[in-house]
Amino acid sequence: MDDLVIGGRKIGSRLIMGTGGAANLSVLERSLVASGTALTTVAMRRLDAGGGPGVLALLERLGIEALPNTAGCHTAAEAVLTARLAREALETDLVKLEVIADDRTLLPDPIELLDAAEQLVDDGFTVLPYTNDDPVLASKLVDAGCAAVMPLGSPIGTGLGIRNPHNIEMIVAASTVPVVLDAGIGTASEAAQAMELGCDAVLLATAVTRASDPEAMATAMRLAVESGRLARSAGRIPRRYWAHASSPAVG
Amino acid sequence: MNVLVNGDVTEVGPEATLAEVLAARGVPERGVAVAVSGEVVPRAAWRSTRLRDGSVVEVLTAVQGG
Repeated sequence: MDDLVIGGRKIGSRLIMGTGGAANLSVLERSLVASGTALTTVAMRRLDAGGGPGVLALLERLGIEALPNTAGCHTAAEAVLTARLAREALETDLVKLEVIADDRTLLPDPIELLDAAEQLVDDGFTVLPYTNDDPVLASKLVDAGCAAVMPLGSPIGTGLGIRNPHNIEMIVAASTVPVVLDAGIGTASEAAQAMELGCDAVLLATAVTRASDPEAMATAMRLAVESGRLARSAGRIPRRYWAHASSPAVG
Repeated sequence: MNVLVNGDVTEVGPEATLAEVLAARGVPERGVAVAVSGEVVPRAAWRSTRLRDGSVVEVLTAVQGG
């Protein structure tokens, strides 16, 4: 498979993983290995707040690049500060930019998101914004200099899959940077669908970490992303209203 | 004087540096980032940064998430 390149970096897998929700580090490790991921998100929190130190050491040991996020931020100012702290702590200019409108939907706040994206691009970050499935906003984020756009399939953690496939296709068609389907994936067929719609990668966490068997689901997701990518490049048949015989009609 | 470190009121000597306050709390040198009153303080500046009464210090690290 051809490589995913984000902001000039070659990423060795088209499945980007999150680490949230894993029962413990050993389950997380087995899931990450099974997923084949090369890039994985972490959150920034107070040092003494608990929540599992050691995730960075785990990623380092597995040779997986860390993608810090700005989860929990509600304003551009908060997100910019969190991104700068992440850059200092992790020595990376990569950031998954999240600016959330409210805690019930966890939907991105488009106004604050675009503002934060512009500030972080100016500050030299490689910005991967988690965005709504809105083609207009996505193209504004691309214009702002983001290295990728990451539209949601459906709200974070819902497992509702891709609610507006047409919008995702429009985002893909217009984007000059990689499109990563981020959030809402519940099972493997939905990850495959994202790739069939033309997304360059899929980012998911909950679907694996909260599955009954996270390691098996991680394997399923890896295969689904590969299958979806292959199917997209293979060129599917057109949909027809009436049957079309696959056996010879004569003889 | 008192400073706030990750929400905890912490008594420190006058002229206390950020590096001293972090060391007293056992903050490791790697894998963390520090902001004082909303501005990131790079690791190289921890020793030269003097805190003031009421300074708000936030020490962050990476955890599972996203």
